Amino acid sequence: MEQFSQLLLALVVFLSLYLLGSSSLTGCIKILALQGMCLGLLPLTISRHGFRPRALLLALGMFILKGFVLPRVLLYAIREVKIRREMEPMIGYTLSLMIGAALIGLSFVLAERLPVLEGVRTSMLIPVSLATVMMGLLMMISRIKAVTQVIGYLVFENGIYLFGLASAYEVPWLIEMGVLLDVFVAVFVMGIVINHIERAFHSISTENLTRLSD
Amino acid sequence: MIYFYLVVVPFIIGLLALAVKSEDLRPWLLPLGCAIHASIVAACWRHLPEASAGGWFYIDSLSLLVLSLSSAIFLLCSVYCLEYLRLRHESSNRLFIACLSFVLGSVSLVCVTRHMGLLWVGMEAATLATAPLVHFNRNERSLEATWKYLMMGSLGIGLALLGTYFLSLSELPSKHYADPLVIDTLLAHAGELSIPWLKGAFIFLLVGYGTKMGLAPLHSWKPDTYGEAPGVAGAILAGVITSCPFLGILRVYQICNAAGLSAFAQSLLVLMGLLSMGTAAVFIIGQRDFKRMLAYSSVEHMGILALGVGLGPAGSFAAMLHMINNGMTKSLLFLSAGNIHRAFGGKTMDHVHGALQRVPISATLFLLGFIAITGSPPFGPFVSEFSILRAAVNGGRPGVAFWFVVLLAVIFIGMATTVLSVVYGVPNAESKKSVKGDYPFMLAAPIMFMAAVLFLGLWLPDWLTAVLRDAAGLLSGGIS
Repeated sequence: MEQFSQLLLALVVFLSLYLLGSSSLTGCIKILALQGMCLGLLPLTISRHGFRPRALLLALGMFILKGFVLPRVLLYAIREVKIRREMEPMIGYTLSLMIGAALIGLSFVLAERLPVLEGVRTSMLIPVSLATVMMGLLMMISRIKAVTQVIGYLVFENGIYLFGLASAYEVPWLIEMGVLLDVFVAVFVMGIVINHIERAFHSISTENLTRLSD
Repeated sequence: MIYFYLVVVPFIIGLLALAVKSEDLRPWLLPLGCAIHASIVAACWRHLPEASAGGWFYIDSLSLLVLSLSSAIFLLCSVYCLEYLRLRHESSNRLFIACLSFVLGSVSLVCVTRHMGLLWVGMEAATLATAPLVHFNRNERSLEATWKYLMMGSLGIGLALLGTYFLSLSELPSKHYADPLVIDTLLAHAGELSIPWLKGAFIFLLVGYGTKMGLAPLHSWKPDTYGEAPGVAGAILAGVITSCPFLGILRVYQICNAAGLSAFAQSLLVLMGLLSMGTAAVFIIGQRDFKRMLAYSSVEHMGILALGVGLGPAGSFAAMLHMINNGMTKSLLFLSAGNIHRAFGGKTMDHVHGALQRVPISATLFLLGFIAITGSPPFGPFVSEFSILRAAVNGGRPGVAFWFVVLLAVIFIGMATTVLSVVYGVPNAESKKSVKGDYPFMLAAPIMFMAAVLFLGLWLPDWLTAVLRDAAGLLSGGIS
């Protein structure tokens, strides 16, 4: 089981890195869906209590939501957009990849320096979640298309979710459901706004959104 | 049970609003829901309800203050909405009313819960429910404001979630897993928490909830959002949606205090506070748009709140009082600014002059609100700002006191230029004159806020002082 969870965590990092270097919008959404599925499987591989119905149910909910529902919402939001590529990101793809690789290294160094806690389940969890959080933030600030910014937000959110898995006790299901529901509604609302942006400007570049300033 | 009603009643009203078909009937749901909510809150003032089983829900003095402020602002704004939405009959009010109710329900959840995770859930729900309020005008500018609000808000709230997880990791050495993340558990075992993780938790929660409050340098969404949102949404944002994340910061501050990290937490709060006041001062000077000016004023006052708490017990008392004063005065200012905006069809100094001639009562209220918010006697904010100054001087922080006074003075001058130009002078002939001056319901709410701010400036009733003192006690290391 331990090896399988390490494999999944490595996959999560590689997928984030892949997202940083990918220019196709639909491609990005598919990668994001794959990352969501990995996250859904992860709790099962590191749960000390094995396959209890509660853990199974949560994993299933996560799998469906992050692997299928959220990508659908994003695809729905961009269905009318003609251009399917992210044009001219503020930071080029090669440079993004290099920064991403540096961030992964940095998060391993950072995780080394944080005090080790007995209860933490697997050693890779904290560096991987830090790396995912930082790469998500990088995507959010360096991309121009509204959809890519939302994808960045979701990667960031995935990283935070990994952090939540690091604690040894089980988060009460009510809280976990609440967090999942909130993320779902957030993406839903963002999807609607993207749709409005597309209708108002006939494009989903946030470059159009620069009228308000001092 | 009372906690359950506080959260569920507004949600039911919101769902009803989605279901009701009549555009004229629907606005009445809001005052109904707010009145029920306010009467439940009033019952809490008579005697605080018992903690729920498991300790997940409980109202203490801190949350009672935030809850009462939110309930009062919602009640008065709902009266304002009755007439406002009639004037705006061209766009459907279904989503607007439903989302306002959802905001009230989420805010109540933030106030009544003792669980840091549930507090986060409520805060995120409140953020999302506010987005449609910002987009109510349905033009390109409000769309841009909504997008920025959503992205910055989600980022902040994400960092707050990270901070919440840090908090749960800090608990690992003590191994009291029975009720993790419940504030009382954390307070009771504060001595055993892992200090580096707790410090991380405080920083992330301060940055995350600070983004929602609009503390500099995380305030960039605020002027855009407040500038484009309708006046009544501005009042809710500036009075309610900023006080709730402040409660979240106060909760983790309580835990830091109990764990012996007071000095660390206080220095960060003072730094953020002064930085926010400084940023506001820079941008308020020469601000031509009076709604954006109010947004920067809100950044300033969030800074004052953080600064007050950072100054220790005496400052905490004043900060809690200032939270009430600021909420009331900001609501007054946003509602009257909304009235002026509507009468002129613009919100910059290029369009708006001589508001006193066109909407005399709204303009008078706007002027009085400006005098109150800048800390002039005899209004409430004067008392609380003066107490914070006294706390800084008595606490041996002359440098902080000096910058506090200088920045307040600069902001007063900056705001005065804009406000006086809006209120006095002669209206431009070409500015649109479609609306006929003042409307009674849209004046009733700001007049009530004005009365409350004046009342708090002249006399602080004993029952309020007792709760404020108790809240300040909680913030200086006491365990509830």
